[in-house]
Amino acid sequence: MQHSIPLYILVMSAVTLSVKILPLTLIRTPIRSRFVRSFLYYVPYVTLAVMTFPAIIQATDAPVAGAVALIAGLVAAWYGAGLFQVAATCCALVFALELILA
Amino acid sequence: MAAQPVASSPGHGRAVREGLRDGTPIGLGYFVVAFSLGITARNAGLTPLEGFVASLLNNASAGEYAAFTLMAARASYLEMAVVTLITNARYLLMSTALSQRFSPSTGTLHRVLVGFDVTDELFGIAIARPGWVDPFYSYGAFVPALSGWSTGTALGIAMGNVLPSRVVSALSVALFGMFLAIIVPPARESRVVLGCVAASFAASLLCAVAPLLAAWTAGTRTIVLTVAIASAAALLFPVSDDDLPQEEASDAT
Repeated sequence: MQHSIPLYILVMSAVTLSVKILPLTLIRTPIRSRFVRSFLYYVPYVTLAVMTFPAIIQATDAPVAGAVALIAGLVAAWYGAGLFQVAATCCALVFALELILA
Repeated sequence: MAAQPVASSPGHGRAVREGLRDGTPIGLGYFVVAFSLGITARNAGLTPLEGFVASLLNNASAGEYAAFTLMAARASYLEMAVVTLITNARYLLMSTALSQRFSPSTGTLHRVLVGFDVTDELFGIAIARPGWVDPFYSYGAFVPALSGWSTGTALGIAMGNVLPSRVVSALSVALFGMFLAIIVPPARESRVVLGCVAASFAASLLCAVAPLLAAWTAGTRTIVLTVAIASAAALLFPVSDDDLPQEEASDAT
């Protein structure tokens, strides 16, 4: 089956916008099911964790640089660094380490 | 409260300006991260225009990253839809939380437009303001946020190949850094979330290297592990209402 990038973008956009817009437009009362509420509460953490590891180690030219960035990112976020501070720390470390290793 | 606190309030201009002010640092940060996202999109074969449109309509780092990875793997449209749904599922919660903070008289058009650009950061600044959510404040914040995100993606696609490979390699971890910054603070607060993150790391590594499981695509792995681990956590450790995001700001009203 031939896949087209515009069609992919159409599918992803339709799903994303439905997810963002439909609850705000349709739900006027809180979700009652405790299981559903709990499931939705845990979903982002599990999804992001699964997507981050081991992918971060496979993303860099030198795997050890990705591993160091992972540990540094975990530590920086643990001690309260914000979204972009953590991202910048990871990038800077990979850049520096690959300069040394190469 | 007036019958139409949103549609007839005289303070729209001020709300828009405050939104622009608060959205500007968010937009700058988005630009940098979107550039690294553009490198992923480039690897999936997107043109700068396609990346611009995808980011304009999807302002969602994890969801777009997953989607571009699937495009590169020539996944099915169904897999694309399911993975986009799973990776953006947290916006169901945020959108639901926002619905509780809207004035009941707010029209459907305002709800649709504010929903259009629900992100972790824009949700955060909207819900942090006291009282009903003011759609015009959100519109102001959307301008720098969407500009930074869309042009950053397009430039990442256009220029990813003119940058030295060392710089591309370094930028490729920016998104993962953002993901860590989202998952670690709640993990520090809650042992259950910490356990979820640790279990997810371990299970994801296992699926990447175990003989039979390694055949799964990254998308399948994300779906299966998310449903399994989040369901187990919800069954074993159901959250109380106090843990849910819409409760944090309810003292404002």
